[in-house]
Amino acid sequence: MSQIKLQNISKTFGVNKALRGLDLTIEDGEFFVLLGQTGAGKTTSLRIIAGLERPDDGKVLIDGQDVADWNAAERDVALVLQQYSLYPRLTVRGNLEFPLRSKIRGLNENQIKRRVEQAAETLHITPLLDRKVERLSGGEMQRVSIGRAIVREPRVFLMDEPLSALDAKLREVLRVELKKLHNELGATFLFVTHDQVEAMSMGDKIGVLNKGRLVQVGTPAEVYSNPVNTFVARAVGSPPMNLIDGQLSAGSASIGAGAFSLPVAANGGVDGRDLTFGVRPEDVTLESGAPVEGRVFDIEDHGVIKILTLEVGQNRLHATVPAQMSVKLDDSVRFGWKPEKVLMFDRGTGVNLAASA
Amino acid sequence: MAAVRSQREVWTNRAAILAVLVALVVMLAPIYWITSTAFKPRNLATTVPPTVVFEPTIAPFVKLFVKRSQLREPVSEEVYDAAPWWEQMVLDGGEKVVRRGRTGEVRSSGYGKRFTNSLIVSIISTILAVSMGTLTAYGFSRFRVKGEDDLLFFILSTRMLPPVVVAIPMFLMYRTVGLNDTHLGLIILYTAFNLSFSVWIMKGFIDEIPREYEEAALVDGYTRIQAFFKIVLPEAMTGIAATAVFCFITAWNEYAFALIMTNRKAQTAPPFIPSQVGSGLPDWTVIAAGTFLFLLPVAIFTFLLRNHLLRGMSFGAIRK
Repeated sequence: MSQIKLQNISKTFGVNKALRGLDLTIEDGEFFVLLGQTGAGKTTSLRIIAGLERPDDGKVLIDGQDVADWNAAERDVALVLQQYSLYPRLTVRGNLEFPLRSKIRGLNENQIKRRVEQAAETLHITPLLDRKVERLSGGEMQRVSIGRAIVREPRVFLMDEPLSALDAKLREVLRVELKKLHNELGATFLFVTHDQVEAMSMGDKIGVLNKGRLVQVGTPAEVYSNPVNTFVARAVGSPPMNLIDGQLSAGSASIGAGAFSLPVAANGGVDGRDLTFGVRPEDVTLESGAPVEGRVFDIEDHGVIKILTLEVGQNRLHATVPAQMSVKLDDSVRFGWKPEKVLMFDRGTGVNLAASA
Repeated sequence: MAAVRSQREVWTNRAAILAVLVALVVMLAPIYWITSTAFKPRNLATTVPPTVVFEPTIAPFVKLFVKRSQLREPVSEEVYDAAPWWEQMVLDGGEKVVRRGRTGEVRSSGYGKRFTNSLIVSIISTILAVSMGTLTAYGFSRFRVKGEDDLLFFILSTRMLPPVVVAIPMFLMYRTVGLNDTHLGLIILYTAFNLSFSVWIMKGFIDEIPREYEEAALVDGYTRIQAFFKIVLPEAMTGIAATAVFCFITAWNEYAFALIMTNRKAQTAPPFIPSQVGSGLPDWTVIAAGTFLFLLPVAIFTFLLRNHLLRGMSFGAIRK
C-alpha cells in the first residue's frame, strides 16, 4: 500500500516559483507519468516526494501519513535519475548492494546476495555484475540504476527522465521493460518526462504540468482526446493537434475570414465568439468529395502513415493519411474533418469549452 | 596516427623542446648543487671552478647530527683507531665529537630534533587544515549559506595580510598565552594559515562532484555523514591529495614565523639550517647535507600522492 498525495505544495527557489499550489494524488500501484517542459516543476515535485527538498508550503502524504519530518531514507522511496545515477568506483554488484548495506535495512549477507542476483536476473545484467560502472554503456547503466531501485523493494519508485539520455532504440526497449517491471512488482511508479510519447505509452495516468501547476490529470486516452486547454492539446500527441482560430456560426466553424468553413458537432451559445478549433491530424480526412480544397505544402513519410501539411489560405493543418496514398507536393487535395472530434477552445483563455461547461 | 607535419612545425617543435630543456637545467641546477655539495669532502665544497668529479662521502651527514668542536692538536693514533668509523670521519675533518662529561654520551647537533619538529608540525597542521577545509568546503558547496560569497571572501582575506605584518602582534599574543616555542603554537598558526587555501581549493573540487551521488545515497538509506564519507570523500581524493601536498609544502618551508616564534623546544628545520652558517667557519657541506635531507620529505610525499595528483578528475559513471 503506497498512495502518494501532494496537497497544495509550493516551492520557490530565489525568484523562481517552481511549484504553485500543486495538488496531486497517485494511487497505490499506479504508473503515473508527470509530463511537462523543462522548468515546469516535474523534478522539484519528485525531489519533494523523495525528501531531498522541503516544500515552502503544503503537505506530502504517503499512505495518508504526513511525511514532513521524515528524511529521504525513512520515506522508503527509490530514485532513478537521468544521469550521475550510479556510484562511481564501484562494480555493478557494489552499486546494487549499496542500498542494501545501509544499517537501517539490517539484511544479512545471504539476503543481500539473493536480492542482488534476483534483480540482476530480472534486468538481464547478471553477466555485468563484476564490471566497473565506468565500463558500461548508457543502456546498461540505466538498467543497473533501475536494478539498484528494485533490490530495495521500496514503496514507491521515482524516476526522473531515466530514458532521456539514451538513444531512440534503447529507449523503446527499456520503455517496454519498465512497464513489464511495473506489472510484475505492482509498486507505485512516478515517472517524470518531457517526452509525450513516453508519457502516452507508459502511463496508467498522465499529469500535465505547466509552470508549477497541474493542468490536467487523466488516462492517456482522456488527455489525448479531451485536453482541458490548448496547452495540453499542444503538449500531447505527435504530430500535435491542429489548432486553428475561427468562429462558430450556425453549427459550422468558419476559419480565417471565410477561408473555409466546416461543420462541427457544436454545443450552442458560442456563436460569434472568438474560438480556437482543435482537431487531431487523424481526424482530418482526405476525400475527393470533401468540402474544402487545400494545397499540399509538405509530406513526411513515416512508413505506416504519411503526415501531410495542408495549406488553406493563411492556415496550415496536419493530416495523417495511409502511406500508400499517392500525393505530391503542391497537389490540390480536398479535405474535411470528423465534426464530432472537433474541440472548441476559448481563444482568450485557451480553455476547452466542453470541459468548462 | 601519423600526422603530417610541415617543416615549420617540426622546427617550432624542436625549439620548444630546447626551451623546455634549458628551463629544466635552470630549475634543477640548484638541486644538483645542493645534492653534490652534500656528498663532497669539505675541501672540495668551495673550489673555483666547482669540482664535478669527486669521491662521494657521507661525512657531511655524520657531522650534521653530532655536536663538534675544533681540534687544537691531532689526536693520537690509539684514540683514532679506537674511534668508530663515523667519529673517524669527524676527526679526519680536524674536528672532534663533543661528548657529555661523565657519561661520554655523544651530544647531538640538534638537527634531528629540528627535523622531527618540522615533521610533527607540518603533518599535524596539514591534516587539520585539509580535514577542516574539506568539511567547510562541503558545507559551502552543498548548502545554501547566508552571505556565502562574503564569508568565502572573508576566509580568503586572511591570506592577504603579509606574515611580517602580523608576526609581532602574534608573537606578543603567543607570549601572553604561553604558546611561544611550542609545537601546538606552530600547528595552530600553520593550520590557520593553510585553512583558507584549503577551503577554497576543496570547494572547487567538491563543486565538481555531482550532488546526485549523495542524494542517491540519502534516498538509499544513508545519513548525510555516511553519504559524505562513502561517496563524497572517495570522489574528492584527488583534490584532497593536491591540497595536502600544497599545505604540507607551505608548512614545511615556513621560515618567518618559525624564526620568530620558536628557539629551542619547538624550532623547525628552516630557521635552524641557516643558523649553523654562523658558528665558526661555515662548513658548507654540512649545510648542504641538512638542506638535502630537508628536501626529501616533500619529494617523498609528492611521489606517494603522484597518482592522485596526476589522474585528474575522473567521475565514473558520467557520460558527457
